[in-house]
Amino acid sequence: MSAIYVFWLRQLKRYYRSKARMIGALGQPVLFLLALGFGFGPVFEKAGAGNYLEFLTPGIIAMSILFTATFSGIEVIWDKQFGFLKETLVAPVSRLEIMLGRTLGGATVASIQGIIVLIIASLAGFTIQNWSMLPLAFVFMFLIAVLFTALGTALASVLDDMQGFQLIINFLIMPLFFLSGALFPLDTAPGILGTLASLNPLSYGVDGLRYALIGVSHLGVFTDLAILGTVTLIFLGIGSYLFSKIQI
Amino acid sequence: MTENIIEVNHLTRKYGDFTAVNDISFEVKKGQIFAFLGPNGAGKSTTIKMLTTLLNPTQGNIQLNNVNPLNEPNLARKSFGIVFQDPSLDDELTAYENMDFHGALYHVPVDLRKKRIEELLKFLELWDRKNSLVKTFSGGMKRRLEIARGLLHHPKILFLDEPTIGLDPQTRNHIWSYIQNLNKKENITVFFTTHYMQEAELVADSVAIIDHGKIVAKGTSQELKEQTKTQNLEDAFLALTGKTIREEEVTGKDYMRMAHKLWRK
Repeated sequence: MSAIYVFWLRQLKRYYRSKARMIGALGQPVLFLLALGFGFGPVFEKAGAGNYLEFLTPGIIAMSILFTATFSGIEVIWDKQFGFLKETLVAPVSRLEIMLGRTLGGATVASIQGIIVLIIASLAGFTIQNWSMLPLAFVFMFLIAVLFTALGTALASVLDDMQGFQLIINFLIMPLFFLSGALFPLDTAPGILGTLASLNPLSYGVDGLRYALIGVSHLGVFTDLAILGTVTLIFLGIGSYLFSKIQI
Repeated sequence: MTENIIEVNHLTRKYGDFTAVNDISFEVKKGQIFAFLGPNGAGKSTTIKMLTTLLNPTQGNIQLNNVNPLNEPNLARKSFGIVFQDPSLDDELTAYENMDFHGALYHVPVDLRKKRIEELLKFLELWDRKNSLVKTFSGGMKRRLEIARGLLHHPKILFLDEPTIGLDPQTRNHIWSYIQNLNKKENITVFFTTHYMQEAELVADSVAIIDHGKIVAKGTSQELKEQTKTQNLEDAFLALTGKTIREEEVTGKDYMRMAHKLWRK
């Protein structure tokens, strides 16, 4: 148990110390939020779909969590290259504890990042529908964060260097983001797009977050919670397994 | 007759066609200081990785403190500590945090941990910099911190992979006297590699020399000197392993990458 805690704490310390990374990771979501939110706002409203900033904010929160979480999982590659991973792998703690500690730490960091985006969005004019649903929003944020930190860890466990990094961004993270309903409503999305989105676990995270923050859900909040929770557990399992197989 | 704390039987590790460690067998007695010597690329680090559960052998058996690390890696990890040849510190944490983190992982009780961290950091003259991030340290300071960390918990077996590399003679002496003291006081078995033959001659109770993945000689320094009719361990080492310069040690991963690249063409 204490091992999980020290690994969690390490992730938080690293996050807290690298202010540049913290701010850098906010740049993209804030840009998306402001440029798209205000840019597409009038069009969205003319189409009779309501306030775009309200619609977009949960999606952008999910996006910032997606990126931060995946990267913090992929950080395992840095630890491999800088040697610190060896130090942890020979310690008398199970690899499951190491993996869980790191993942929960990375997920906490990603969730904080999501909360910061929520605060920025609120300053820009976003209003939370129902404050009593805020804890549910945190649950969704944390589930998304755990899922993608575990995914990042799984990828990092089988990769030896950062060569494949660009590949992961362009062929995994970006598609996950664009096909999640973060930017546009899924109920009017044409066939194939809708199908792809329904296979994307992030869609359920975005939908659940939207329900918790603005009271609108397309897929149903219980479906969201069930599917997101299940997929998160599966990814935690895969991540732990691959992490436990690392050889140096 | 003291018992063997490390037993290695027919240990082999292959990377594709390349055999890094080729059917080696040896044992280390409890409480011994054991030097594992060999030129670059001879298979020292690969052997240490297999002994410390970081790498699975292709063939062969290992017993560490009567535990088979292959079957029970977690149990095996409880009995040893290691100082790696290459860096393994967290640069983004302070010196103290690196120590504390290690202590927590090895379940060193908090009070004892504090006491030992202070003692070791003072001993290696890092106490003044205990709250500095490791990334601001010089190479020598990092090395000292690495050693301090390895000595924080007192395991049954201490693996030291070229612990004194890049350190000046003063620091080397200083560190070895600490390790010898630890070995005597707490009966800790020390398994180390080095390229400084004088160091090995001075501190090791027993020596094994590995070359091209094979063990070419075993015994005390005295026995090796007699066997090769030489004056010191350095000459005995050269007599046993020849004078050709070896390629820099390449890790298994590099071999895999190399093989992968060749295969893709």
